[in-house]
Order: sequence, then C-alpha cells, then structure tokens
Amino acid sequence: MDSGLEQTRELPQEITTKTDTRDILARETKYQREKGFNHWTIVDVDAHHSEMSSWREVVEYIDDPILKHYGKEFQSRTGGAPGLSNAMPGLRYQDIGGRVPHQTKIEEAVEDTSNHRDVTLIRRSMDAMGLDHQILFPGNLLQLGTHPQPRVEAHLALAYNRWVCERILPSDDRVKTLLYLPISEPDMCLKIIKEFGENPNVSGFMITAVRYKPVHHNQFIPIYKELEERGLPLAFHAGLTWGDDWMKQLDLFISMHAISFVLCNIVHMTNWIIHGMQERFPKLDVIWIESGLAWLAFLMQRLDSEYLMRPSEAPLLKKLPSEYMADMYYTCQPIETSNMALTEETFKAIKAETQLLYASDWPHWDFNPPSTIYDLPFLDEKAKRNILGENAVKLFGIETKNSKAA
Amino acid sequence: MVDVYVGCEEEFEDRGRKVIVHGDLEIGVFFVDGEFYAYENKCVHQGGPVCQGRILNRVVELIAEDKTSQGLAWSEEDVHIVCPWHGYEFNLKTGIHPGYKNARLRAFDIKVKNGEIYVVT
Repeated sequence: MDSGLEQTRELPQEITTKTDTRDILARETKYQREKGFNHWTIVDVDAHHSEMSSWREVVEYIDDPILKHYGKEFQSRTGGAPGLSNAMPGLRYQDIGGRVPHQTKIEEAVEDTSNHRDVTLIRRSMDAMGLDHQILFPGNLLQLGTHPQPRVEAHLALAYNRWVCERILPSDDRVKTLLYLPISEPDMCLKIIKEFGENPNVSGFMITAVRYKPVHHNQFIPIYKELEERGLPLAFHAGLTWGDDWMKQLDLFISMHAISFVLCNIVHMTNWIIHGMQERFPKLDVIWIESGLAWLAFLMQRLDSEYLMRPSEAPLLKKLPSEYMADMYYTCQPIETSNMALTEETFKAIKAETQLLYASDWPHWDFNPPSTIYDLPFLDEKAKRNILGENAVKLFGIETKNSKAA
Repeated sequence: MVDVYVGCEEEFEDRGRKVIVHGDLEIGVFFVDGEFYAYENKCVHQGGPVCQGRILNRVVELIAEDKTSQGLAWSEEDVHIVCPWHGYEFNLKTGIHPGYKNARLRAFDIKVKNGEIYVVT
C-alpha cells in the first residue's frame, strides 16, 4: 500500500475568469502529448477576440468625423453597449449564468505590455491547443449586420478592419483573419477589399450571416466578382439573433441559440445554391462557419428533393444542390456528436476529408479543442490530419512551417 | 490499487473540494452533506477539467398539479458540479448527468482512516 503522499500535488480548486488560458486548456495540451498529435499541423479557422474590450481604440479608427464624435461621446454614458455598436448587453446568457468562466470574461494577468493584450491571450490559447495558425474574428461585431443604420455598420466595419490589421495581426504571423464585409454598403465592401486584399495577414473576407439581405442580389455581385478575380475566399459566419419573428417564440437562450445559429446559414445557403452562384463564380471558394454540421445533411436532401421537382425555378443549376454543397467548405464547430452514426454520414455527405476545416471558436462557451476531431472514431489518420490542418493550408495557401515540428 | 493521500477531514468544509494530481491522474475529491466523493478531473464530453468547475444546485422547473409551469428554482437536494469548458453538469453524489445517464464521470472510492482522506486509484 502506497500513501502516495510524495507524488501528489494540488490543482486550483476552481477555474475562474482570472485563470490563465493555459491552465484552463491544460487538459487539451496534455491530451495532445499523450496521443502524439501535438506535432501535427493544426489550423484553427474560427477563433475570436473581444474587440469590445478595446472599443476606445477602435473608435479612433472611424473615418467619418461625426460618427467618430458620437462613438467617443457614447463612451461616457452610463451603462449600455460600447458606442455605436448594436450589441445587446442586457441579454448575456452565453456563459450559462457564470458556469463557463472563459465566456464570462477573460481577466487573467498579462504582464507583457510590448504587445496588445489580445495578442498575448491569442498566443496563450494557440500554444495550449497546439495551433500553428489561427483565423481570428471579432465577437459582438458579428451582430453588426442587423444594425439599424447601414452606414454606421459600414464605418464601424472599416474602423475595426483597420484597427485589427494595424494593432493585432502584425504582432504574430501565425494569426490571420477573414475581414468583415458590410454588404449593406457594397461600395464600402469594394473599398475594403481593395484596401486590404493584398495584406499578408488577410486570408479572405467574411459576411456576417445574421442579416436580412438576399445574398444573391445583383447589388452584391461586384463583391463576389472582385473576390473571385483576386482568388480570395469568402466566408459566411453564423451568429445568433433574438430579433426576428421566429426566434421571438423561443424564450430560452438554449432554444434561440440552437436554431438561429443555423437558420441564418440555411437561408443564405439556399439562396446561394438555388440562384446558381457557384455556376456564376466557379472559382470563388466559399466557407460556412459556426453552424455546426448537422444541418448540412438535412439541407442537402431537402434542396435536392425540391430541385428535382422544380428545375424550372433554378435554371442555372447543372447538378444537384447537394453536389454544389459538397464543393464548398465548412468549419466543424460546434460539432454535434450525440449520434455518431449521423455525424459519420454527414462527414461522408460533405466530403469532409477535403472540405471540412477545424475550428475552435475559442473562447466561446461551445468551443471545440482539436481533440474533438482527433477522437472521432470513424476517421483515419489522413482524414484527421486534413481536417485539423491540411485542408486549411491548401485553401488559404498557408506556408507550412509547422512551428512545433522542431 | 493505490491509496492516494488527499488531506485531513477538517480541511473540507461542506461543498469543499481538493483537486489533486497523482502521476497522470487528476482527481477531484468533494465533501457534500457529510460524505466524500471522488471523480476523475476529465469531463466525458471533451475531456475538460470538470472537477474545477462551479458547484451549484441543480435547477428544477416547478410544475403544478394542473401541469402548468410555475417557473424555475434551485433543487434543495441535488448538488451539481459544472464543467467549466462547456457547462456539462453532473450530480456530485452520483457523477451522472441529469438528463443523460450514459454521461457519467469516472468515480473513485474514498477511504477515511484516522481522520485522513485517501482516494483509491
């Protein structure tokens, strides 16, 4: 019998908002070492930082002098969201009433002042999850597509894009972004693409899916044309909304979150497919982000069934909707695995081995560490390596200098 | 089988805990309603540090005799540990998720000897 006294040490009793990211994620770091995939190339195609924590800095990047004045003035008002944004500060259910502290707030100590605090936090999460590259997105700004003032959306998008490209991304060449396109203002989108399209830290562009715009409308065509000509991918990043009439019937966050994060991409995908956008832009790579995967098998079958009966309404199509869907890219998070047989069939349907991209969504409450993909029982090693990193390396043309190989 | 020393009984207040590392094993030891319970600090969901999460009573919904909802309340009996990674909840006395019995934490036996707590690994 062994007392075990000498071999035992204690961990902190409770993880809080002040716990270091590396300690929160320590179990993932350890697991990757144990399983031996800590040297694989891993690319995270969807992670977030809290731009609202730096909103005073972002506001300084607003071009329009009057909007800038309002943005600065609003900072001194009691309560409410940061100036000019349309975030909903009163409905902060994301962290399940404080049960998921890293979603609540990241208050850990950062001693290094040589870089922006966000850079240190990003590096800590990347190191802990064994990431070689990360595609970074904002947080609350993903709601901006429903801003009541399209012009404000456009100017805030430009300001954020300039701020993130100047203050965050240059600090670490492992971190890239797909920049925000405020498609309510197509001219601003073209301006943004022209300004940042050749920035080495910009891997493509992103439309926030929470918006009520038919994405195939002629006014947006020049945006897609410009991206295709430049060989830059376009992503649709899903989000939540409690604001539309269907969601208003869902009076709990769990219900609204489960449906709205998928519904927005179902609507945009349907327009994208049925209006033959891939026939019009066959070289434009399109990525669908953060709707999970379970919706894809449903939509593939649904659209195929309807298209076969009503081809006259979708005359641009030369093959089944599901075939177009399998030509596009998807991020895995938040992956649904409660019925593994369904998960496996979904992987087959979307040709996951070449089309699926790993995404963590860190630091959000439903994040997926890389082990989520590694542990899937139906994938062989090649498929796991592709999904965790190699597919993204090819899609974004990332230089494969695996930072962990040495 | 190894008895791993955790600490003394008096170190544990009600709903108190210690999370220890012994070799490759991380184990959370909890003291709830006069009894000790021990689980691996590894969530069955995605491997998160479940024993380092918040301890909260289970949330229940109050349903009247006429089947109408009378709102939510804290359970007076069931105490949960909540995984800080994603919010999976487990009853601290059984290690089982409230709605999915297959989601069960790996439990360890506890021995109390002369006021000292040991977990059997």
